[in-house]
Amino acid sequence: MSPAGPVDDLLRALAPRVVGVLTHRCGDFEAAEDAVQEALIVAHTRWTADGVPESPRGWLLRTASRKLLDQLRGDQARRRREMQAALREPGGEAYDRDDTLDVLMLCCHAALNDAAAVALTLRAVGGLTTAEIARAFLVPEPTMGQRISRAKQRIRGVPFDAAAQRLPAALRVLYLIFNEGYASGGDTVHRVELSAEAIRLTRMVSARRPGDAEVSGLLALMLLTDARRPARTGPDGELVPLAEQDRSRWDRELTAEGTAILDAAFRRGQVGEYQLQAAIAALHNRAPSVGATDWPQIQALYAILERMTASPVVTLNRAIAVAMVDGPAAGLRLVDTVAAQLPGHHRVAATRAHLLELAGDRDGAFGQYRIAAAATTSEPERRYLTLRAARLHARTGKRS
Amino acid sequence: MPKYILIVDHRPGAVDTPMEQWEPDDVKAHMDYYAALRRQLLDSGELVDEQALTGPEHAREVTSDGGPPVVTEGVFPESKEFLAGFQIVEVADEQRAFEIAAKVSAVPGPGGVPLRQPIGVRRVMDADDFRQLHPEL
Repeated sequence: MSPAGPVDDLLRALAPRVVGVLTHRCGDFEAAEDAVQEALIVAHTRWTADGVPESPRGWLLRTASRKLLDQLRGDQARRRREMQAALREPGGEAYDRDDTLDVLMLCCHAALNDAAAVALTLRAVGGLTTAEIARAFLVPEPTMGQRISRAKQRIRGVPFDAAAQRLPAALRVLYLIFNEGYASGGDTVHRVELSAEAIRLTRMVSARRPGDAEVSGLLALMLLTDARRPARTGPDGELVPLAEQDRSRWDRELTAEGTAILDAAFRRGQVGEYQLQAAIAALHNRAPSVGATDWPQIQALYAILERMTASPVVTLNRAIAVAMVDGPAAGLRLVDTVAAQLPGHHRVAATRAHLLELAGDRDGAFGQYRIAAAATTSEPERRYLTLRAARLHARTGKRS
Repeated sequence: MPKYILIVDHRPGAVDTPMEQWEPDDVKAHMDYYAALRRQLLDSGELVDEQALTGPEHAREVTSDGGPPVVTEGVFPESKEFLAGFQIVEVADEQRAFEIAAKVSAVPGPGGVPLRQPIGVRRVMDADDFRQLHPEL
């Protein structure tokens, strides 16, 4: 995808607000969201050619309202008249509201599975087209279109109002979007930059919930992680592990911004898991080398995170930190405590391989890298693990 | 334009050594070759889809008589002709599909020598095929 121009940026920022106003007026999120998508396409063409109108939001709202009435042509005349009356109010209480967060909460409703929530969020809150979302997830466009329309049907009739208790679900979906972009490695040819999109949406949430420490924590985590992106992949899209990254290529501005956001969040109290993960990321970004990293502190932060989430994957991460503090054998013992909870998971084998390599057990590490490479579903990761195995094998071969 | 599926299986081609036992530089060259080919096919607009599959040890077989799925360990390939991955390309003609398959087959192995892996080339059915199969429809 070509980088978005200023018109696209403006349209995407307006999209959820217009969806919100229109949903309030007509009481039908499904129809409102479709109408706004159509209006966005018209706006993109017109504004690119003739420039941005005086009141872009009003223009978009009027166009989307017309599209909505067009959609109703086949419906009953009475319903159409009611809708017409509702849409005709030029101002009104609904007009000046900013319902971006309500739209986001609705898209992350508990009735939706992750894939549906992610797709709907990107479309209704992110203002991306179905084609762009389909490309980002490498699935055919009709499949993605169906996923989105089924998601909208599932939340039909859900009252459209602020529901703060759903913010954690929304943050989780934003983090999923970020990770999807991050996990695709450097392979973003012809793909929407999902990590950048997740950061943009999280900034949007953060601007509307400036006092929420976990929203800030998530934004900081994304920025601090994204700061390492330039060093994370090699010229051919191969993954470069943290230990081997050229730290001079890390983005200092992103690190500074992420750290400042995190510090402000910590001062507000109410520490949550995103802030803890961001704090760990900040410690990595601050360290001039792997050896000079504050591993005891990272280990302690993971221990808090582990108690908070009871997630075996967090324990695997802590095992790496434990190995750096107390030696690889201690790390391996910790991996053994959670391996049963993650049967066949490639991360267990990959972590063991890494720790066995640290311990100097090349044969053991080679075997675990092979198991991990066969089990991972990520192509960049498989390449990386196979290459690690080959490196070990070459060294072992030369030794014997 | 016709679509072709190019099938890569576990038959090793010219070299029988598993990849993790090659020289690291050879592994990297092999992967870079695939990455470059993928970029070429994306740029030319011919790549429809490509997927690599996890190994035979993660394969399962499913049967059902209409009830819940019965999942068994397997598939146990009798030979090395076990699907490892595929590319779907949309190309001008069969000749072009052969050219791309040749590039896949020539992926370098140990010492940079082309692996000469056998690549299955199968045309995807299109509307014409359907009409010939079902002239009555």
